[in-house]
Amino acid sequence: MSADKVCFELDGKRVEAEAGQTILEAADAAGAYIPRLCHMEGLEPFGGCRMCTVTVNGRPAAACTQPVAADTVVCSDTKELNDERRMLLELMFVEGNHFCMSCEKSGACELQALAYRLELDAPRFDFLEPQRDIDASHPDVLLDHNRCILCARCVRASRDLDGKAVFGFVERGAEKRVAVNGGARLVDSNLDVTDQALAACPVGALLRKRVGFAVPVGKRRFDHEPIGHEVQS
Amino acid sequence: MPTNMRLEEPNLVVDRAVEEVGGDPARLMDVARKVMLHLGRVDDAAIARIAAKLDLPPVQVEGLVTFYAFLDKKQLGEIVIRLCDDVVDRLAGYDAVAAAFKAALGLDFGETSKDGLFTLQRTPCIGMCDQAPAALVNEVVLTRIDPAEVPGWIEILRKFKDPRRLVRRLGEGLNSHALIDAMVNNNIRHTKGLLLSPEVRGDALRKALALTPQEVIRSVKAARLRGRGGAGFPTGMKWEFTRMAAGEKKVVICNADEGEPGTFKDRVLLTERPSRVIAGLTIAGYAVGAELGILYLRAEYAYLYRYLNDILDKRREDGLLGHGIGKRLGLRRSFDFDIRIQLGAGAYICGEESALIESCEGKRGDPRNRPPFPAQAGYKGRPTSVNNVETLCCVTKIMQDGAANFSAFGTDQSAGTKLLSISGDCARPGVYEVEFGITVREVLAMAGCADAGAVLVGGPSGRFVAEAEFDRKICFDDLATGGAFVVFGHGRDLLQIVSWYIDFFNEESCGYCAPCRAGNQLLRLGLERVRSGAASPADVKQLRELGRMMVRFSRCGLGQTSSNPILTTLESFEELYGNLVIEDQTGVRRSFDLEAELETSRGIQGPGIESQKEAGLEVGS
Repeated sequence: MSADKVCFELDGKRVEAEAGQTILEAADAAGAYIPRLCHMEGLEPFGGCRMCTVTVNGRPAAACTQPVAADTVVCSDTKELNDERRMLLELMFVEGNHFCMSCEKSGACELQALAYRLELDAPRFDFLEPQRDIDASHPDVLLDHNRCILCARCVRASRDLDGKAVFGFVERGAEKRVAVNGGARLVDSNLDVTDQALAACPVGALLRKRVGFAVPVGKRRFDHEPIGHEVQS
Repeated sequence: MPTNMRLEEPNLVVDRAVEEVGGDPARLMDVARKVMLHLGRVDDAAIARIAAKLDLPPVQVEGLVTFYAFLDKKQLGEIVIRLCDDVVDRLAGYDAVAAAFKAALGLDFGETSKDGLFTLQRTPCIGMCDQAPAALVNEVVLTRIDPAEVPGWIEILRKFKDPRRLVRRLGEGLNSHALIDAMVNNNIRHTKGLLLSPEVRGDALRKALALTPQEVIRSVKAARLRGRGGAGFPTGMKWEFTRMAAGEKKVVICNADEGEPGTFKDRVLLTERPSRVIAGLTIAGYAVGAELGILYLRAEYAYLYRYLNDILDKRREDGLLGHGIGKRLGLRRSFDFDIRIQLGAGAYICGEESALIESCEGKRGDPRNRPPFPAQAGYKGRPTSVNNVETLCCVTKIMQDGAANFSAFGTDQSAGTKLLSISGDCARPGVYEVEFGITVREVLAMAGCADAGAVLVGGPSGRFVAEAEFDRKICFDDLATGGAFVVFGHGRDLLQIVSWYIDFFNEESCGYCAPCRAGNQLLRLGLERVRSGAASPADVKQLRELGRMMVRFSRCGLGQTSSNPILTTLESFEELYGNLVIEDQTGVRRSFDLEAELETSRGIQGPGIESQKEAGLEVGS
C-alpha cells in the first residue's frame, strides 16, 4: 500500500481510500452509498443537512466533512443510523411545505427520493406549516421558499461555479432563508437560467419556468432506480 | 428626530465607519455596529453602500445584519430598552417589570414609539442573574428593577435622552470606576484565594518570559489546566497544537462571550481582575507564538468596553503590550503582541469557538466544520487558540505561583478551582470560587438554598440535577460546568422552566444544520403537548428519540445540547412527565383532536350543507 493510501472499515468491509478524502468520497468510490442531501460533487462540503452522519469508532460525524482516518471503524448502513436519518428526514419534511403530488420536481426530487429509499411513510411530527414566500419575479426562474431545505447548494454553486454570488443566507434559526443578492427579488439579480446554481437545487425550490411536468411519469430521474443507485456497486 | 445624532447624513455615517476600520471587510461587524449606533438601523441603502465600500456581496452584509439580535434593518428608537427574559429573571418578577415598561412606554415588545425615541425588546440572559430582574438601556445595565421605579425612569429618559441618568447607585468594587460607572454588583460571596486574589501587575508576564514558550506550555500542562468554558479541553495541549501548526502568524482569542444562561462569573473577572485576564492572553500569545490577540466581548457587556480598552492602553504604555514586550521590561526574551477588542452583537452561538472566529472575521456566527480545528486554521486561516476568560486567569496564576500551587487545588482529573455563578432560589446569589470535587449539596449549603428541588448545573446546555443526585461532584468527570448553577425551589414548575429554555435555544439556533433548526421547533411542540396534558406515552418516547437524534446528528454544541433540558428532566424527573401522560386504550393518540383537525377544511369549504339549510339557503341540485 502506498503512503498516501488509507485503509478503514466501512460497515464491516475494508475500504482503501486516498489520504485527504472524506468518508463520503471514499465510500462513493468504494460503491457504498451514504445518504446525503446538501452534498454535491464539485461543491465545497457544507455539512448542513447531517443526513450523511455516520459513526467513526462509535462517535457521530458527518461523512461529507470528516476525512478518512487509518484503521477507523465507520458504521453507516445500520438500523440505528437509518432510523435516525428517517427521523431527520421527517423533520425536513415538516419544517417546510412539501406537497409532492403537485410539485414540478416530483420524481426528480432528492428529498422525496431519499424518503422513498429510507421508507418514510408519513411524518409522525406536526407539520410546522411555515408562512413562506414565492419569488416569481424572474422571467425564467422560480424561487419557492416553501420547498427550500437550506442546503446551500445554490449559494455555493452560484459563488464557486457561476462566479456570481447571487444567493446568500439571511436571518437565523427557523427564520433563516435564502436571499438574493442586490435586492429583494430574483429579477433584480444577475441570475441566468443557465446558471449551475439552478441545476444544483436538490428539491423544487429553484425551478426553471415553463418546463414543469415535461418529463412524463415513468421517465423521471428516480422513477426506476432509488437515489444512490448510481454509486452503488 | 429626537437628537442631532440621527440627523447625520446616512452615507457619511457609513463612509466614516468604513474608514475607521481601514476598509477591511473582515471588520464588517464593527462597521455594522457603528452604523447601527448612529442611524439606529442598517437598512437596505446602508447595506448596499457598506457592500460597495468593502467590496462584499450585499447579501453577505444583509446576512450579517439579520443574524445578530442587536443589529436591525428597520429603524429602532434612539433608546433601545432590552428586558432580560431569562428564566431567573422570570422567577424574579420579570412579568411585572415588563408590564411596567409596556405601560410607561405605551409599547409592546418589538415596537418603536412614534417620536422615534424608544424601542422595547426582550433579550436572553445578559449575565445579571444574581441581580435580576435586569435590563439593558442601550449599553447601560439596570439591575434589581423595581416596577414602581419604571415610570420615573421613562420620564428621565424622555427629558434627558440619556440612559446614564438612570444610574443612581453604583455597584461595589470597580463597578464604580469612572470608565464603568455601573449599578452592577459583583456579589463575590466566597473565594479560595486563587482566581480573585490580588493581582500583581506584570508579575506573571515577567515570570513567563523567564521561560521559553515551550516551557510555558509545559508548565500549563503540569498544572493540568483544562478549559473553563465547559468542554474541559486541556489548555496546554490546545496551545501546543496551535504552536506546532503550520503557519507563521498565530492568533489567540479570549472568549468573553459569556452567554450560557445563568453564567456571569466572567463579568466579575473582567471587572475586578482585567489585568489577570489580559496577562493570561498575552502569555497565551507568547506560548503559541502569536502577534495578535483578540478579546471577544459580548455586546451585553459593552459597558465594560471603554474600561478594558483603557487597560490595554495603559499596558501598552508600560511595555506589557505592543512591540518588544520583554525588551521594554528589561528582560532577555522579548516578543511583539497586541490585543484588540471585538464587540459582539447579540448571538449566543458565538460562544462556540469556531462561530466566535467567524464573528471576529465580520461574518454570521455560523460554527465551522471540523476539521480543520481552530488550532490548525482559525482566524483568517491562521492557527488560533480560543480560551475562556477564567482559563486565562488560571494561566496567569500558574505563571505567578507555579503549577504545583495551582494543581494542589481540586481533583486528579480536575485541577484548580472553579468559579460558579449561583442564582435562582437562593439566599445569597453571586460568584463563588470552589474547589473542584465539591458536591452540589455543599454548594447549596454555602449559597443558602434550603429549599432546592432541582439544580441546573452548567446552564440549559448542561443538566438538571434532582435531590437524589445532590451528592454528585462538580468536576469534569461528573458534573462539568462552565459556571452556571441555577437553583429551583420545590414549588417551581420545572416543565415550564424547561420550556422557557427550549424557547431560548429556538431563538439562538443559527439555523445552519437541519437537526438543530427543525429539531428545536419540534421539541417545543412536543413539550407543549406534554404540558397541556394531551400527550400519550408514545409522544414522550418520540420526544426522547428526537432529543437523542439531535445530540448525535447536530453540527455543533448548541444542537448537541439543546435537548438536554428535556433529556435530563426525563432522566431525573420522569414523574413530571408521567403525571401528565395517560395511556390511551384506543390506540389513537390523545393529542389527536378530530374537531380541531376538521376546523381548517371547514373553513376552506365554507358552511356545510346542514348549516346552509338552517340558514334558509337554497342548496343547489
